[in-house]
Amino acid sequence: MSIAYAINDSLALTHRNLVKNLRNLTIIVWGAFVPILTALLYAFVLGSAIEIPGVSYREYMVVGILVNSVLTASTNTAVGIGEDMKKGLIDRFRSLPIAQPSVLIGRTTSDVLNVVLTVALMALTGLAIGWRIRSSFLDALAGFALLLLFAYAAMWITAWIGVRSKSVEVMANSLYLFLMPLVFVSNAFVPTTGMPGWLRPIAEWNPVSAVVSACRVLFGNMPPATEGAWPMVNPIAATLLYVAVILLIFVPLATRRFKKTVGQ
Amino acid sequence: MTEAIVAEGLTKRFGDVVALDGLSLSVKEGTVLGVLGPNGAGKTTTVRVLATLLRPDSGRAVVNGVDVLANPMAVRRQIGLSGQYAAVDEDLTAQENLEMIGRLYHLGWGAARKRAVELLERFDLADVAGRYVKGFSGGMRRRVDLACALVAKPSVLFLDEPTTGLDPRARVGLWEVITELVAQGSTLLLTTQYLEEADQLADRIAVIDHGRVIAEGTPDKLKYDLGGDRLELTVASASDVTPARDAIARIANGDITVDEEIHQLIVPVTNGPEALPAAIRLLDDANVTVIGTNVRRPSLDEVFFALTAKTPEVAAEPELAKEAVA
Repeated sequence: MSIAYAINDSLALTHRNLVKNLRNLTIIVWGAFVPILTALLYAFVLGSAIEIPGVSYREYMVVGILVNSVLTASTNTAVGIGEDMKKGLIDRFRSLPIAQPSVLIGRTTSDVLNVVLTVALMALTGLAIGWRIRSSFLDALAGFALLLLFAYAAMWITAWIGVRSKSVEVMANSLYLFLMPLVFVSNAFVPTTGMPGWLRPIAEWNPVSAVVSACRVLFGNMPPATEGAWPMVNPIAATLLYVAVILLIFVPLATRRFKKTVGQ
Repeated sequence: MTEAIVAEGLTKRFGDVVALDGLSLSVKEGTVLGVLGPNGAGKTTTVRVLATLLRPDSGRAVVNGVDVLANPMAVRRQIGLSGQYAAVDEDLTAQENLEMIGRLYHLGWGAARKRAVELLERFDLADVAGRYVKGFSGGMRRRVDLACALVAKPSVLFLDEPTTGLDPRARVGLWEVITELVAQGSTLLLTTQYLEEADQLADRIAVIDHGRVIAEGTPDKLKYDLGGDRLELTVASASDVTPARDAIARIANGDITVDEEIHQLIVPVTNGPEALPAAIRLLDDANVTVIGTNVRRPSLDEVFFALTAKTPEVAAEPELAKEAVA
């Protein structure tokens, strides 16, 4: 199986997923509805009681909302795989002489392209409620790129969960279990400095905190921390490192599991 | 003739459930094997092993001389599979579904499109080529699915319960398509729960139950092996049924079955032409009025029930549940 075939197969499947998604745009738009509502609730309800030194809370939490929404969107990867499995399409694909990983590559590629739309919707919402980009154009671009990169890495985790899951219901639970602590034990909505001593290091080493801090830095909302855990002081480097580690672990894990589980 | 499909001693367990228990079968090039069995017998598992989707715990599978376990990719280039549920993408049009499969067979854009048009024409779907599969009937979906399996002109085809869930008209339509395919020389392994389907389409039949082949041969041979003939005796009224059954019990060589609705008794006998006059005499002596008689060979249904009745009934669910997961 040559590389050219693998690229052809991945492209054909990416194309198929994109066409499907474009025909189901309402799903993406509705999918953004919950994060938008969350953003408004945080901004107007919880935000009124939270004070962050040196920055308005709305500006602080919009990046948290952005990361939360790309993480939520990353679960679509698992759902998409689950649906293809249920409808027998995965069996069909596996009975074809294709490079096996291209099913997962096609899925994650099209899903990350969808996230561009999610990010755009959320960024507009953020701008509407008082978030501002205070950095250079290139820095801001880097910030969005980092968000997408992180989403892509997260998709390989949910892809792995997707191919492991025995039913869509079990999968929904696993995904919830994966997301909740990740987002809340982080600096997405509140600073880690106020957390109990035992929780703070966990939150500061949480990859979500790293990407949130990195984006705050790149959008010019907040400088990196001067003290605390290493990822908080060096959030951009830490995010890139986390992304690399996640991909190095979960790409092979999901691919191997895909070949095995589906073929079990 | 050489064997296009060979399975030898396949075993597969899913937890406590034994799905395949030393299953062996073979299909000669250009012929049709009907794999017949109740739910949970191992039909789908067998197809999944042969189509490279499932690794058996032990045993050997060979398609067109290529070992399925050692070289699945080479096997995939030569087979077409249509699974138990029509595996078509509902959000795509019929044309798009086929083009996608063509691209995945590395035909290239142009050739994939041409092949899609060709197949849609042949499957009587040209009019609806541009419509989303979502709106298709079960029979149309099945045809798209079957067309997908044929994109690369495979020499070996696996069809897993191709007509399950279809209405009678769609079923007959699909039979015609399959018959045509076979006429062009494809080797076909077909699983089915419908005896009539196996009788119509298959050159040979393998009856499987509990993960192994319990009988194999041409439909005629299976009927012959069951032995004897069947007398169909229709009596005048419902009240005649019981005396009639008592009267002819001694010439039956097996269980008499009764169709209460039409007052018909089906009597297994050793030799039909000899038994018929005797049966009529016995019924006459018992003052039963006979209004219809017929002598025939056993049907495939009777062969099937006789064969599968020998082994205790098992719940159909475990295998299905496991396979939905796998």
